[in-house]
Amino acid sequence: MLAVLTLLAVAAVAGFCLIGLAGNWEYALGLRARKIATMIVVGTAVACSSVLFQTVTGNRVLTPGVMGFDQLFVLIQTLIVFLFGALALSSADPRLLFAGQVAAMVLFAGALYRRLFGHGGRDLYVLVLAGVVFGTLFGSLSSLASRLINPNDFVVLQDSLFASFNQVDPDLLALSALLVAAAAAWTARLAPRLDVVALGRDHALNLGVHHARVVNRVLVVVAVLVSVSTALVGPVTFLGLLVASLARQLTGTFRHGTVLPAAALLAVTVLVGGQLVLERMFTMDTALSVIINFVGGVYFIALLIRESRR
Amino acid sequence: MNRHPSPGRLRAWHLAAGAVLLAVLAAGSLFVGVGDLTPAGLLGGRPGDMRLLVESRLPRLLAVLLAGTATSVAGLVMMHITGNRFVSPSTTGTGESAAFGVLLATLFAGGEAVLVKMVMAVGCALLGTFFFVWILRRLTFRDMILVPLVGIMFGGVIGAATTFFAYRADLLQSLGAWTAGDFSGVLRGRYELLWIAGAVTALGYLYADRFTVAGMGRGFAVNLGVRYDRVVNTGLVLVAVITAVVVVTVGQIPFVSLVVPNLVTLALGDNLRHALPATALAGALLVLLCDVAGRLVRFPYEIPVSTVVGVVGSVLFLALLLRGGRRMGLR
Amino acid sequence: MIEIKDVTKRYGETVVLDGVSLTIAPGGVTSVIGANGAGKSTLLSVVSRLVPADGGTVTVDGMDVATTPGDRLARRLAVLRQDNHLSVRLTVRELVAFGRFPHSGGRLTAADRDLVEEAIDYFELGDLADRHLDQLSGGQRQRAHVAMVLCQDTDYVLLDEPLNNLDMRHSVQMMRRLRRMADDYGKTVVMVVHDVNFASCHSDTIVAMKDGSVVAQGTTAEMMTPEVLNAVYDLDIDVHEIGGHRIGVYFS
Repeated sequence: MLAVLTLLAVAAVAGFCLIGLAGNWEYALGLRARKIATMIVVGTAVACSSVLFQTVTGNRVLTPGVMGFDQLFVLIQTLIVFLFGALALSSADPRLLFAGQVAAMVLFAGALYRRLFGHGGRDLYVLVLAGVVFGTLFGSLSSLASRLINPNDFVVLQDSLFASFNQVDPDLLALSALLVAAAAAWTARLAPRLDVVALGRDHALNLGVHHARVVNRVLVVVAVLVSVSTALVGPVTFLGLLVASLARQLTGTFRHGTVLPAAALLAVTVLVGGQLVLERMFTMDTALSVIINFVGGVYFIALLIRESRR
Repeated sequence: MNRHPSPGRLRAWHLAAGAVLLAVLAAGSLFVGVGDLTPAGLLGGRPGDMRLLVESRLPRLLAVLLAGTATSVAGLVMMHITGNRFVSPSTTGTGESAAFGVLLATLFAGGEAVLVKMVMAVGCALLGTFFFVWILRRLTFRDMILVPLVGIMFGGVIGAATTFFAYRADLLQSLGAWTAGDFSGVLRGRYELLWIAGAVTALGYLYADRFTVAGMGRGFAVNLGVRYDRVVNTGLVLVAVITAVVVVTVGQIPFVSLVVPNLVTLALGDNLRHALPATALAGALLVLLCDVAGRLVRFPYEIPVSTVVGVVGSVLFLALLLRGGRRMGLR
Repeated sequence: MIEIKDVTKRYGETVVLDGVSLTIAPGGVTSVIGANGAGKSTLLSVVSRLVPADGGTVTVDGMDVATTPGDRLARRLAVLRQDNHLSVRLTVRELVAFGRFPHSGGRLTAADRDLVEEAIDYFELGDLADRHLDQLSGGQRQRAHVAMVLCQDTDYVLLDEPLNNLDMRHSVQMMRRLRRMADDYGKTVVMVVHDVNFASCHSDTIVAMKDGSVVAQGTTAEMMTPEVLNAVYDLDIDVHEIGGHRIGVYFS
């Protein structure tokens, strides 16, 4: 199954590089290569963060995107501009900025999810709903703050938030690629223990896995991955959910050693393939995330209904 | 009859105090705005002041009151007929469906005819709401929280579809106007549709007892000889009409329909005949406060009421969800 | 040997374990009995480090459960709680194989695989081995979980209500198998049991708890008397000897 998925991803990438290549192909290819690199980094980050998040929360319908993580990222960006002005955002050391954002997201995750592991499964949906509403709150706060900052600053903010796949800063891309690669390597090493954690806290403890420690570390990695993908291309809420569930269904296993790469390959296929179809066949450029949200949202509802029937 | 005042029992003076507070705030709100309008000037008969009052300030106040009242009562009714505290027009995709209807009207009938817009919005809101209730009936395991989650996602899906078509038709900017509630554009002649919402809300009061009974479940309702399906359907139509009218005239106002009924019934209990007037009052108060705050925070610019309510409402809702969960029978 | 010293546990205002001290000798089957809310499950959870104690210590063969690394403990002590809902979709064999995790870290050796098959056979799960857990009945699922714990191959096996969800036939079979795990493999089995007669028929030692304390401990013969049972359950219970077992009668 992994081989098939690899083939699909490679086909999508090749198609994206080669279809409709004309004129100064060296230049065009370079441009496309960077786009593809962005999509691979983002796809991997989204897929891994979703699968990991589902494992530690013990739920198949949760993803960091649904739980307000993306909106938090937007809020932090907005608040920086609001409090320190646009200059701070554009002149501060990007690495420092990034570290600060990741730290804030980890804190949020910690505060919210401490509740999750303190109670039984009954509280889970309460938590999800709280997460969704937190998302709305962060979104409203962002839009409130963005109306309070001056218009010039707002333009800078807008640029930093809604960078699409077309215009990603190469330095940021390199840093992100590095981070995602590190996270992926760390996850691969941890895969067997993640399989155990997926059984739940009691089983994990019984089998000698330090559940709380693994969960905390996973949440940190998830926060890093979400920060990376949101920093690069903005929120893509339902992509993670879509690829995580599809990966589990297609591979028919619970093993992270298989599910994680499968989900990443699927995410790359969906992103690159979707972009290819939209760009070359319908000449639409930025609508991909809207379509992913539509398809992903329908899928999410179907999933909720199915899960609730068990 | 028990004549002792019990905690949680609404007494006339509570309502009266609320009404007085609302009246004071309402009167005060008339003098908040960019155009210079003061009580002294008004009494002194300054030219233009009367016109400003009648053309802009008074219509805006009425729009705020009507929208706040109708929206929160719609939430209360929805909560009862679905038997779930967290189900309201803002968690069932009703508002999003109405916005979709407005988009359709704009696409196919041009943006002009307000009536066409309204008919389309009401139609789509009805379709969306009934579709959601249909999904709801297919859920075998009706978790208190799962249901609104499905509803929020359903709203998200419709929102995504709306965004997609609006994007294709270059209507993203107008879309903002239907989705983000804002009273700044309200003038005489542009808000009167809201009286329909007001009238429907009053109609809801006549049905209050039947909604209360329906809220106790089908078996209970049938036992008492209430025609359950008919009451539920009436309620859904009522909710859809109110929501659609508000969306067409001022745009979506998030969370009011969810937070206000919950806060009121938490304090007063679930008897609709008691809760309904209080809900109407509290809804009007909340929206008015948020609208005035939006006007003042960055004077002379305005912040749309939906943004202010989004912040205030989500904070209130989170408090309800995380703190009040015990009292609401969640744990 | 499991040594419990002065263990206390509070949930908010409620004291669930009130200075419990108890020694469980190696070998044999020990049943923990008591009314609802007596603290049986909490004690089991504290001993198996699923729940941290507020005070006191628990040692298993001299290892303090609060400080010993989890993986080391996992090779000596296995625990199964009552509610074992899994959010992942596993086959029976996959679940049982997890029992080898403390030993193999997720990479099964040939020896591990043999042990997995042995545990599956032991609990007569051969026909179900490749079925997914969510396709099984509650009782079959319970057996699969106990098989996993057996597969973990630890000296100590702690079970909270292992008869949960089981019908009469499977309850008896489960108890016989647990008995044989102690007899054949020399394991120390400690379990929380609701039905006092199952405890009587299948265990060597009985520990009785009430209101967060241990009120009595002894051999089955010592414990299965009207006086002791009356004190533990606040209920008049006649004890009759039937077929070599002491049976408490409390139905009327």
